[in-house]
Amino acid sequence: MYPEIIRDPRFGELTQADIEYFKSILPESSILQDDQDLSGYNIDSMRKYNGQSRLVLKPRSTEEVSKIMKHCGERKLAVVPQGGNTGLVGGSVPVFDEIVISLSNLNKIRSFDEVSGIIVADAGCILEATDMFLAEHGYIFPLDLGAKGSCHIGGNVATNAGGLRLLRYGSLHGSVLGVEAVMADGTIVNGLGKLRKDNTGYDIKQLLIGSEGTLGVITGVSVLCPKRSKVMNVAFFGLDSYEKVQKAFVKAKSDLGEILSAFEFMDRESQDQVAQFSELRRPLDEQHNFYVLVETSGSNRSHDEEKLQEYLEGLMEAEIIDDGVLAQDETQMKNIWTWREGIPESLARTGGVYKYDVSIPLEDLYLMVEDCRAKLVEKGYEIGTEESNIVNVVGYGHLGDGNLHLNVAVKSYSKDVEHALEPWVYEWIQKRQGSISAEHGLGFAKRPYLKYSKDQSMINLMKQVKNVYDPDGIMNPYKYI
Amino acid sequence: MPPRLNIIVPVKRVIDYAIKPRVNSAKNIVETNGVKFSLNPFCEIAVEEAIRLRESKKDLVESITLVSAGSAKAQDALRSGLAMGADKATLIECPGIDDAKSLSLEPLAVAKLLKAYIDKEGANLVILGKQAIDDDSNQTGQMLAGLLNWPQATNASNVAVDDDGIVSVTREVDGGSETLSAPLPIVITTDLRLNVPRYTKLQDIMKAKKKKTDKLTPSDLGVDIAPRLEVVSLSDPPKRLGGSKVDSVDSLISKLKDVGAI
Repeated sequence: MYPEIIRDPRFGELTQADIEYFKSILPESSILQDDQDLSGYNIDSMRKYNGQSRLVLKPRSTEEVSKIMKHCGERKLAVVPQGGNTGLVGGSVPVFDEIVISLSNLNKIRSFDEVSGIIVADAGCILEATDMFLAEHGYIFPLDLGAKGSCHIGGNVATNAGGLRLLRYGSLHGSVLGVEAVMADGTIVNGLGKLRKDNTGYDIKQLLIGSEGTLGVITGVSVLCPKRSKVMNVAFFGLDSYEKVQKAFVKAKSDLGEILSAFEFMDRESQDQVAQFSELRRPLDEQHNFYVLVETSGSNRSHDEEKLQEYLEGLMEAEIIDDGVLAQDETQMKNIWTWREGIPESLARTGGVYKYDVSIPLEDLYLMVEDCRAKLVEKGYEIGTEESNIVNVVGYGHLGDGNLHLNVAVKSYSKDVEHALEPWVYEWIQKRQGSISAEHGLGFAKRPYLKYSKDQSMINLMKQVKNVYDPDGIMNPYKYI
Repeated sequence: MPPRLNIIVPVKRVIDYAIKPRVNSAKNIVETNGVKFSLNPFCEIAVEEAIRLRESKKDLVESITLVSAGSAKAQDALRSGLAMGADKATLIECPGIDDAKSLSLEPLAVAKLLKAYIDKEGANLVILGKQAIDDDSNQTGQMLAGLLNWPQATNASNVAVDDDGIVSVTREVDGGSETLSAPLPIVITTDLRLNVPRYTKLQDIMKAKKKKTDKLTPSDLGVDIAPRLEVVSLSDPPKRLGGSKVDSVDSLISKLKDVGAI
């Protein structure tokens, strides 16, 4: 599959005796060996990375994970912890024959405190289901993203997922209060703290958040959840330049303040792409160069509406926006959101997508998309013509967080296009001190490019950490670092 | 030149389509506290159709007037419709009706109010939703046509007005579609497939603030709105019981026998 990488010879090979051992600690239904059963665990959601694992284990408890890891540690069997397998950097699928440890059977909510809003849950709880549980109690999970229907909260924490609510509720490094994990030797680390304030020693859980399964298997998390807002509003604008998008953002921060919960921007190309596959009416009839989706969440309808009204009127008067609509009901709100959330899916329909999830200072954010188009044209590629492999180059993202998604949609993946884009994209980011992976993580795809975002001293420290917690390197190998 | 259209669009404020209604513990009303209300989706389609008629031909439409009956909060529904593009609105504020008791304003009372309003203000076309999603009565349009003694075309999936003022309405019926035509005046009720309502533009929301809303009461119109029906009880639909997996055909058959399905 990957000619440039060889299987690490230090790792043990799976034997019948290993299988017998797993059968002694797990029920039959938790052990998958059939090719058909394995395929979904070997291939990632973009169908870009395909591993060759011969074994998937689906433990039902932290103790079972511990027994598995103890055995794997002793036998030096490499493993890949896997949640909903919705990652975008090939981090959740095996590269060679690593054993997949799927957390999908660890899916119970352990406790919820109505007063503090702290939820303690198994890693395999699905994000949307967890959020629905919280909704019944008037709370909200501080994270929302397109894959919510399949991704696991343990996987979200392991990859430090960002998503749509980060602007409002901050990163998981802030809202996760505790992590329970099984380390490479089978030790259970019980760190399911439920305290907001706890300055006692090194904050080890922060290392596990965003470690992508390279230090341990996260089996449970405790998360501080905010109260669910009673009132939400969604507006959608058309603007003619990226400069005006920034102005609208600055104004949103000052006029909407604490009720601003999302500020997403999309370019015209991305919206045309969604329109090709959507049966929904476009929010704005005329074409614009840029579109912005603003969401507010607050506690008092008239107060929120007054603020929003003032903001919108100000935008119109200052001629920052050309046109705009305001959702009048829940259905319209949901429909407008699909014009943002539907972008990745509509791009995927073309065949393949080169995804770059970057963080760069706001003023240069969109320049990257323009430069990328120019670069491809300079290299002799046509974009969006009948014959060309490159279907579309689009930019969209969480402007509020300085996070751009640059997506190059192709009819089929080709080394040619890849080499035209990489490492050019990463060098471009490095020049502006940006991050080559703002929220998708490193996984398999971005590992070689870490040096563009982190200097050698930092990478050395990371390697030391990895060696301390996983000296044999069996945790999610060939990835991350 | 056909006669110019003076369109009345009756609209209703209902619990938002996306919200799951819940019955209160006393089992006599649907819970409305803290619940989001919106313009009834079929009414929204009716407003959209009126605006499309105006856009379809210059000078075809003289005026589009919204009418809503209910509590003072029905104003919200009128505001949504005005922002979509209606010209003016009238609120018939009914004493004793609030969110919780909105179902006691029955279709016949609403039809009578509308009839009295039209007798007073005049109109030659009424477009309204075929039903409101709160009580699903699907009666007001028909009753209004009867009271006015106008032709009616219900469940419209297409509406056209020709140069002689003949209105053609296509409706989806079993096995195909049926087209009815009648001269003005006429009552049309809208089906889901008639159109996709537009999003409300910011400019129009601001303009709508300056549009006029008149207020009337049932007594101004000489209509008695006292309910004739009594709600005996309300209940939630039965909860779906969780399924279970069986591992063989034999156990499937025995399970089905257990529950008496075969």
